[in-house]
Parts: sequence; structure tokens; C-alpha cells
Amino acid sequence: MDMLVFAGASVVKIAVVMVTVLLTVAVLTLAERKVLSWMQDRMGPMEVGPYGILQPIADGIKLFFKEDIIPSGANWLLFSLAPIISLIPAFIGFAVVPYGPNVEVELYGVTIKPFIITDINIGILYVLAFTSIGAYGVILGGWASNNKYSLLGGLRAAAQVISYELNVGLAIIGVIILSGSLSMVTIAEKQAGGILNWNIIGMGHGLGIWWWIPVTQVIGFVVYFIASVAETNRLPFDLPEADSELVAGWMTEYSGMRFAFFFMAEYANMILVSCIASVLFLGGYHAPYPGTLLPGILGYFEGIAWFTVKVYGFLFLFFWIRATLPRLRYDQLMRFGWKVLLPLALANIVITSIAVYFLR
Amino acid sequence: MATLSFFYFGSVIVLTAILVVALRNPVHSVIALLVMFFHIAGLFVTLHAEFLAAVQLIVYAGAILVLYLFVVMILNLQQDDSYQRQVKWGLGLGLIALAEIIAIISKVALPEEPASGKTAAGEAAETIAGNTETVGKALYTTYLFPFEVASLILLVAMIGAIIMAKKGIMGPEAK
Repeated sequence: MDMLVFAGASVVKIAVVMVTVLLTVAVLTLAERKVLSWMQDRMGPMEVGPYGILQPIADGIKLFFKEDIIPSGANWLLFSLAPIISLIPAFIGFAVVPYGPNVEVELYGVTIKPFIITDINIGILYVLAFTSIGAYGVILGGWASNNKYSLLGGLRAAAQVISYELNVGLAIIGVIILSGSLSMVTIAEKQAGGILNWNIIGMGHGLGIWWWIPVTQVIGFVVYFIASVAETNRLPFDLPEADSELVAGWMTEYSGMRFAFFFMAEYANMILVSCIASVLFLGGYHAPYPGTLLPGILGYFEGIAWFTVKVYGFLFLFFWIRATLPRLRYDQLMRFGWKVLLPLALANIVITSIAVYFLR
Repeated sequence: MATLSFFYFGSVIVLTAILVVALRNPVHSVIALLVMFFHIAGLFVTLHAEFLAAVQLIVYAGAILVLYLFVVMILNLQQDDSYQRQVKWGLGLGLIALAEIIAIISKVALPEEPASGKTAAGEAAETIAGNTETVGKALYTTYLFPFEVASLILLVAMIGAIIMAKKGIMGPEAK
């Protein structure tokens, strides 16, 4: 019975998170077009529903009923497998994100943490492991299409993801050193008590009133954000897609639901990256002021609201960057990744670890 | 439950490992290898070594195998059946490996197992300390020298790769 209650609660939590992520993906497709339009002094989609708010539903129906084409020269197995390979890792990472406070609730005699699906002790590594698998979908999709533009897009994606994944991994090491844990829940809990204790400022680690300066994670945060934009293949790092030169890269031959899978994977990855950035650097569900304003159970939902605000802030930043910056050239991309971001991330690790070693 | 998952992971690992060498299409071989890496990570998880499982996926599946895929795609080996002709070599090496496995299994399986209680205690201690810390402490105390030697070898390999890739680095005449 206990096992059953626990499993049931877990399934409900997973379902809620999945539905929320899928809805957010739908909202983002519209939000991106609207935000881009407003930044370019246009109106964006206006036809379907008032102010075009039903556009995601129309898009979804269109993609669902489109003819599913597999090119005759394509490798059927890998062509079908690639969208799934890129979609699953994008969703699986949400399992370890703490969406709210680490509280326990008794339900039929079983302790359940309502705002956390699971707290595994290697949380952040688990996310890194699965995001690195997402690259296979892109590479295999490009290869299986039997199209030279797709193959080029896939190979570019491989090189880009490997290069920038390294920077993502190195950028978060400072946070891990400060928190002394790989668990996302522990990392979030250690940033309680207001904006100054968030890892991006870093005063919450008991290093005195002035000595927090060396452990501030601003550099780590900036490197993480830039590298994660590159890892999600977003502008200005969207060389694997590069609409104007590779006609959408690895996605050229895809249509209908398979294309929708790639599309959903890209947006789900954006949400996941924003969630991780919020938890690691911006205190997760903690408010910028100490404690919560609302009492009791309402306070938990205040935490979730702050988490949502932070995630949407990051997502807006993704759109903003897309509207502002032109695409990099391929050699610029590689030089920037290896010669600018990598040394910055390494310097951040060295400074943080020396400061923690001598000051704690 | 633990035995069941072990046999699941073990059988999939053996099956996919055979597929890696048996499949004709090299890209399919790489996919089989990817599935195998996943199941090896699963074995680590059943042993409560979650850190090793994550590293297994990040390093092997996330980085090394992507490079394999890269090379396989660029070389376009689809019609190359040359490695199917190495049956004699394969048989010889396979027999040696088989003899080795039989020797190991007969040594391990024959005596009764007095060590079972000890491993359970060690496992419990590891889960308390957190296996990431355990691995880190072992690397920087007991195995410090091998660890440093390994990093030196990797550094040498890296420099070697750079010199081989950059043809003009040895002087102007190499251009």
C-alpha cells in the first residue's frame, strides 16, 4: 500500500511537470514570435483568436495532420529514431529540478515531497549526462536524411555541442565547490535568505562580510548562460540550423510530427537550461528577500511563483538575444568557445577553490 | 529485484556488444555501442555508484562516442566490408580472451563466498559518505600517483595530437 501511494504520488508529480513543460513549450512558440515582432515593430501573429493567442493550437493541429515524408534515400530506422532521441533527454532532466521548497507531506502514512520529483545525490551531473545525449538526435537526424546540408548541419552541431558542453560543465563547478553537493535540492537550499545569498552574489557561504568577493559566481553565471545558449542551438549560435546557408540544417528533410518533436526538444531544452540556471545561480525558489511574505502553505506557492518568474526571465533573455545579435561565423564560434569561455571558466574554478580553501 | 536488474543490464550489454561488431552499417554499430554505454551506467547505478554512472554517460556517451560518430560519418564507411575478412585474427584473439574469462570465472566461482557480509558493510559506508566524495578522496589520497601519471599521459597525448594536426608548427619548410 505504501509503495502504491508513493508510486501514485510520483506519477502525479511527473504528469504535472510534463503537462506544464508542454504547455510552456506551446506558450513559448507564441511568446517568441510576439516578442520578436514587438522588438522589430511588427504585430506578430494576429489571425487566430484575439491577438493571435490561439496560434500555438493552430500550429499544433497543422503539424499533426501534415503528411509524414521520409526521403527515399534516408535510413528509415535512424530517421525515425532521431527526433525521439533528441526529445527524451530534453524532458528527462526535469526530474531533478526543485520547483519549490523541500517540504514533506504525510499522505496515507507515506512521506511525500510535493515540489520535488526526486532528489538524487548526483542531480546536476544527471542533467549534464542526458543533455549530452541530446546531441545524438541532431547528428543522427542529419546523417539519416541523406542530404548534404543536413549532414553538414549535424556535424556542425556535434562539434558545437561538444565544445560548449565543456564550458557548461566547468562553469557550474564553482557553485558545486561552494555548495559542497551535486544535488540540485541541496544547492537550492544553501541559497536561502535573500538575494545576497544567491550564488551569483555568493555571500551566503559563511566567508565573512567582505571575503565573499572572490567567491562571487558572476563569471560562472555569464559563462554558463552563453554556453547554454550555444548548447540549445539558439541564435546567435544556431549554426547547425543556419536557415540562410544550410536551409535549417539537420531539420531540412523532416516534416509533420517528427519536425514537431525536434521543435519541442529545442524549446524544452531552453526551459530546462533556464530552470538549472535559476536553481544554480539565482537561488531557485527563494525570494530576493529573506523568508516568505505569505504564511504557511501559501509561502510554498510564493516560492514556486518566484521560480517561475526567474525561469521566464531567462526565456525572455533568450528571445532578446535572438532579436539583438547576428549569427557568428563558424571559426568565431569555435575561437570564442575555446579561447574565451574556457579560460574564463577555468579561472573561475581556480579563484573559487583557492578562496574556499583559505577562507573557510 | 537487484538480481533481476543485473540480468537485464548484463544480457543487454552482451547483446549490444555483439551487435557492435556484427552489424554491417558502422553508424548502427555506434548506436548499439550507445545503448551498451547506457546499460553499463545502469549497472553502476545498481551498485550505488551513481557518480560513476553519470561520468560514464558524460565521458563515453556524451563525448567519445560523438567523436566516433563524427569520424564514421565523414569517412562514409558504408560500403567498406574489409573488417569482415579478419576472421582468422578475430578467432585467435577471441579464443585467448575466452580462455582468460574461463580462468577468471573458475577462480572466482569455485570457492565459497565468505566476503558477502563485508561488501554489504562497505556499501553501506559508501552510501553514507556519498560516493562522489568517496571517489574524490580515493583519487587524491590512495591513488594520487596513478592519477597524476594518467593526467600526464593525457597531456602528452594532447600535445602530440596538436603537433600532428598543425602541419606548419615544426618550421616554415613544413608548409
